[in-house]
Amino acid sequence: MAATNKEPFIHMSKRDTLPWQKAWTIRFIAIIAALLVCALVTTVLTGDNPIKVYATIVEGAFGTSRKTWITMQNLSILLIISLALTPAFKMRFWNIGGEGQVLIGGLAAATCMITLGNKLPNAVVILLMVITSLAAGAIWGLIPALCKAKWNTNETLSTLMMNYIATQLVAYFTIFWEVPKGSGKIGIINQNSNVGWLPSLFGSKYLLSIVVAVLVTVAMYVYLKYSKHGYEIAVVGESEKTANYVGIKVKKIIIRTMILSGALCGLAGLLLVGGINHTITTTITAGQGFTAVMVSWLAKFNPITMVFTSLLIVFLDRGASEISTAFGLNQSFSDIITGIILFFIIGCEFFISYKISFRKKSRKEEE
Amino acid sequence: MIDLIAFIPRAVGQSIPLLCGSTGETITEKSGNLNLGIPGVMYVGAISGVIGSFFYENSTTGSLNGFLAVMIPIVCCLLGSLLMGLLYCFLTVTLRANQNVTGLAMTTFGIGFGNFFGGSLIKLANSDVPSIALSRTSAFFKTTLPFAGKCGWFGQLFLSYGFLAYIAIIIAFLTSCVLKRTRVGLHLRAVGEGPSTADAAGINVTVYKYVATCLGCMIAGLGGLYYVMDYACGVWSNDAFGDRGWLAIALVIFTIWRPNVGVFSSILFGGLYIVYLYLPSGMDHMEVKELYKMIPYVVTLVVLIITSMRNKRENQPPQSLGLSYFREER
Repeated sequence: MAATNKEPFIHMSKRDTLPWQKAWTIRFIAIIAALLVCALVTTVLTGDNPIKVYATIVEGAFGTSRKTWITMQNLSILLIISLALTPAFKMRFWNIGGEGQVLIGGLAAATCMITLGNKLPNAVVILLMVITSLAAGAIWGLIPALCKAKWNTNETLSTLMMNYIATQLVAYFTIFWEVPKGSGKIGIINQNSNVGWLPSLFGSKYLLSIVVAVLVTVAMYVYLKYSKHGYEIAVVGESEKTANYVGIKVKKIIIRTMILSGALCGLAGLLLVGGINHTITTTITAGQGFTAVMVSWLAKFNPITMVFTSLLIVFLDRGASEISTAFGLNQSFSDIITGIILFFIIGCEFFISYKISFRKKSRKEEE
Repeated sequence: MIDLIAFIPRAVGQSIPLLCGSTGETITEKSGNLNLGIPGVMYVGAISGVIGSFFYENSTTGSLNGFLAVMIPIVCCLLGSLLMGLLYCFLTVTLRANQNVTGLAMTTFGIGFGNFFGGSLIKLANSDVPSIALSRTSAFFKTTLPFAGKCGWFGQLFLSYGFLAYIAIIIAFLTSCVLKRTRVGLHLRAVGEGPSTADAAGINVTVYKYVATCLGCMIAGLGGLYYVMDYACGVWSNDAFGDRGWLAIALVIFTIWRPNVGVFSSILFGGLYIVYLYLPSGMDHMEVKELYKMIPYVVTLVVLIITSMRNKRENQPPQSLGLSYFREER
């Protein structure tokens, strides 16, 4: 008898975990495809040779030693923020509030620098800066966590709102402390006395952020993989019900992890304000809180892989700044390129998690 | 005291982009897709309209044909927003990617796209105008009803807006009506609350998600177009649109996913954006204006917390918001 039911033409099914070589091959193919599309877009828009464009990107990121240092510094900050968000994401707590937590940490540091600049010795000011920025970031992360733990408030939306509340607070204080009056900017804080400026290690002003980033990466890797807390986070992330059966108090874990997440973001804010820029503005994070979400997700929440994904993003960003100055294009070109590459990488995850099989010709029925 | 007759029309002018954004995002969220790319979509919609009208204005020297001057930007805007919506749907519904990450990538891409073409259009099109000032097109967008000027304060409060504003308000009320009282709206809400149940009942989940998200993006794009053509008088400046996209997302939560409440709440949010200009001590304490701008977000956060505290089922976000649907997963 002929089969009356036809198999669908394309059939999707979920895969078991792919061996990591195959997974990374798929991702690599996606990146190559993305680069080809970007080359196409660049040629269409600028009429320039795409190879020349890519050469400019590499030069922009690593061309001179100063550029390389700046790339590494930007990489460090982005990496710290991504690492901060990772424990929350592993727990499936979508902490989109990275921007706000970094800003509020930076604001706390700036407050110490401005108000205590003349009154206390430098070492005390720096110590207070560290404590207050970590605490401020932690509180900013704690509030949405409490709401989620007690009343199951949607964490994506609450952390998002906290971002803009933080942005407006920074804007308020920027005008409150503006120097000179009416400019809308604070300018370099304590330019003459250098009070509150984080020390530069071994004479290089870039090294502090890089060292902190390396330490945080290693610490986060060990924390997530080898500590009891990390295990609890992983269980809660996989299945909340299992966590409850095992006796893990999910509410406590949510609150504890968000305190850690917020505090690390506050640390990034401290570095940005005290170490790198020595001022505070609303755009000091340059959207890195949101980029960090993508970096963390792309690295599948693995701190070591995160080094490479953040390197990719920072590399593209610095390179595109170079392109825009070299070819007379708008600064926003890098956003377009970054967006295209992100879309490809996001899309290729599908091929890693799901398998596509096409309809096979039905075999003859055996009588 | 505040000069209400002057304040309210300005507040309404600020509110229309927010209203469009929030109506579009409400439709999208009701289908279960959390589209955090709405700020990017609004930029893309605005710049697509600007590009279309830029080429039209530069290709005709005399007076513009009124109908074309209005329809070309609108069609380009809808097309641009539709493409963004299709991209989001393809990634999240067909490829089942994480919605937060896709939305944020789209916002980065969309804002970059808008700013890039806004800054470079002149260079790319090899034209010699000094800046993009589409004042002729904008004049068409701003035409009000002919007798509006003669009706005194009533005319100023209710009749003095461009036609896109009225369209936006009509769309909001229409959306609310469709969601609450028609079968299509019921199916859409079912898809958002429980896609597996809706699927079992025979509703095509993929089609509803696609249509809802694309429609939502198109409406939001219109909001961006209104801002450039009507409010900003046809002049595009980079990042002029600012954070309004995120405010629109906040508005969705504030209105508890009800577009008809959105009409009035958007006026409230729009008003808070500019209230500092109208208060007597306004210009002396510029920093206080930042605190006023903080109020919409604080209020939204409070509404979010209170609705989750009281946990009334009608006021909760759609159950499957942010989750992808795969039929064979249990």
